[in-house]
Amino acid sequence: MSDQTVASRNLADPVARRELVSGFDASPGGSKPDSILLVDKITRQFGGMTAVDVEHLEVQRGLITALIGPNGAGKTTFFNLITGFDRPTSAGKGAHWAFDGRTLDKTSASSVAQAGMVRTFQLTKALSAMTVIENMMLGAQNQAGENLFKSMFRGSWRKQEQEIEAKADELLARFKLYEKKDDYAGSLSGGQRKLLEMARALMSDPKMIMLDEPMAGVNPALTQSLLGHIQGLRDEGMTVLFVEHDMHVVRHISDWVAVMAEGRLVAEGPADTVMSNPAVIDAYLGAHHDTDLGDDALLSDEAFEQIEGEVEAEREAEEEQQ
Amino acid sequence: MDTIQLILNGMMREALSPQTAAVAIAVIGLNIHFGFTGLLNMGQSGFMLLGAYGFAISIWHDLPMVVGLLFGFGAALIFALILGAPTLKLRGDYLAIVTISAAEIIRYVGRSALLTDFTGSAQGIPGSQYRSSFTGLSFFGSGSFTLIPFNYTDVADGAAWVRVLGWAIAIAIVVVLVLRLRRGGAFNGIAQAALMGLLLVAGVFLLFFLFPVPNQRTGVNGWWVRFVAWGLVLLCTFVVYLLVRSPWGRLLRGIREDEDAIRSLGKNVFSIKMQALIIGGLFGALGGIVYVLPASVQPDSMGRSLTFFCYTALLIGGAATIFGPVLGAVIFFAARIGIKYTAAAYVPDSIMNNQQTEQFSYIVVGVALMLIVIFRPQGILGNKRELRFNV
Repeated sequence: MSDQTVASRNLADPVARRELVSGFDASPGGSKPDSILLVDKITRQFGGMTAVDVEHLEVQRGLITALIGPNGAGKTTFFNLITGFDRPTSAGKGAHWAFDGRTLDKTSASSVAQAGMVRTFQLTKALSAMTVIENMMLGAQNQAGENLFKSMFRGSWRKQEQEIEAKADELLARFKLYEKKDDYAGSLSGGQRKLLEMARALMSDPKMIMLDEPMAGVNPALTQSLLGHIQGLRDEGMTVLFVEHDMHVVRHISDWVAVMAEGRLVAEGPADTVMSNPAVIDAYLGAHHDTDLGDDALLSDEAFEQIEGEVEAEREAEEEQQ
Repeated sequence: MDTIQLILNGMMREALSPQTAAVAIAVIGLNIHFGFTGLLNMGQSGFMLLGAYGFAISIWHDLPMVVGLLFGFGAALIFALILGAPTLKLRGDYLAIVTISAAEIIRYVGRSALLTDFTGSAQGIPGSQYRSSFTGLSFFGSGSFTLIPFNYTDVADGAAWVRVLGWAIAIAIVVVLVLRLRRGGAFNGIAQAALMGLLLVAGVFLLFFLFPVPNQRTGVNGWWVRFVAWGLVLLCTFVVYLLVRSPWGRLLRGIREDEDAIRSLGKNVFSIKMQALIIGGLFGALGGIVYVLPASVQPDSMGRSLTFFCYTALLIGGAATIFGPVLGAVIFFAARIGIKYTAAAYVPDSIMNNQQTEQFSYIVVGVALMLIVIFRPQGILGNKRELRFNV
């Protein structure tokens, strides 16, 4: 499939998306026809513990990709690594990732954002002692007034400031925060802060927005509106990558799902099929999830010996690995 | 009556003293560090000392005054770069540790006997070695110039009723001013603005009249130094006002709130913090230069305690405000002298002698600082809403 056919497709149309996704290679690390983000051999170790060990991952442009996995799977660490908030252990040893054709192996968090990949945080980072509009205006890129020498002369940035404010007003209206414009961000509710953070990230006109658990701690009504906003962004042509726990949310909005477990990428696929992938079920529920421990039949000696044998074999296998 | 007048005169003299202005300038710099950017600079006195050394040593060695100023600012700039480069990427506490020790290193190097030819070691550089080029610029005439024609050493020949009446009017003016400012719209329309201006001028005039400021008898051209020092305070305040209302100032406050959030928005946090550290440090150096103009360059007079005075003044006035540093510095020094003179005048020597009143005044200032931080953490001018959510 060439790039042109991808570009010509209208990704706001669910049928077209399904058709596009059906052509993807549904194996972990499978290639995509038009990937905006490419990650290779990225590992991060904390002491002896390997938090992230991703061999290869591609994220398709213009779709909503969900990154799921049980607690401790390394999703947020992976986010931190590719957005420059953390350095991979494999840096300089084959770690390589590129965004929109631009290699990001050694760039800082700020240049990653400047390249067009903007993230939000699991624990919202609204700047509480600043007003909502100030929060928003911080998001805009290339502000002349942020230069120390120009900042003292209002004439050099007044016009740009007005444009930025108009844009911020528009975004605030879209996220239904306009009435809160002059309130301190600290006085917003948790869900409104999530909205503010998302709106602030959009101020920089990103090509891809990375949301770290956007639904955590948000009430169901607001979740609906957040989901609507995320889909709206996709329909406008933005790429979305988000980390999420809630399966319903993932199933509802994501076009493609990547599953992480114990730091590795274990599966990929469209939302409805990836859930039935044995690797995913193992990761979420454990390999013995279908063994009924309340079953009296298991109380026989043979059954115990069999389970003990299995446990023993697993332990040996683990020791060998180490 | 005369004792009260003496105490008030002393407070007025201290409030207007050029050294108060010098500390105010340093506090303005510290406000950029601590108030706006959240950088815990515990070595503002180091910046001051470097500025003073750069200025004094150059002139002492027959360089022109402009070069001296450049050396003073240059030293502070390099100091800021050296301190900032390793620490600004780390958590804020490290900057505090590094700055406090670096400031002490500067002081000890200045005291070292090896550098007697440059720094005069512990004795320091006497003011007469570098002051003349500055006083030469004075257009105030002789050193005994009096700023206001009726620079009485006592008010109205000591008539008590004139003073009481004067104080009553002064207090009334202050109350009216505060009430009008609180009500808001005090400057709407020409008539209102004119009334405010008139009240302000009358108030200032009355204060000068009631608490005459005799020249400090240090052989220094008192009013010229005062004029330049307070002129610089105004200028610095204006510069800070221009800086913090701009998008750059917004970035500073953003960094104070959450560095990672700002980084995620594509801003180079390190460079902005470095800019803030340098700008604040340059204000510190300017403060140091002004500080030594009416005195001498004494390394020990610009030690840790001066940094803590700066912090006290900043917290009294209100961090992250425009006028807070100036107000804080004036109140800090005036209140300390007020306490000292009051204790000296009313507490018998058998309980507290003159030397002890000096220490007592610092104790009271320290307790007052604690009370302010507990009960009014935003300071006098601070915005409580900016602090409320900062739990």
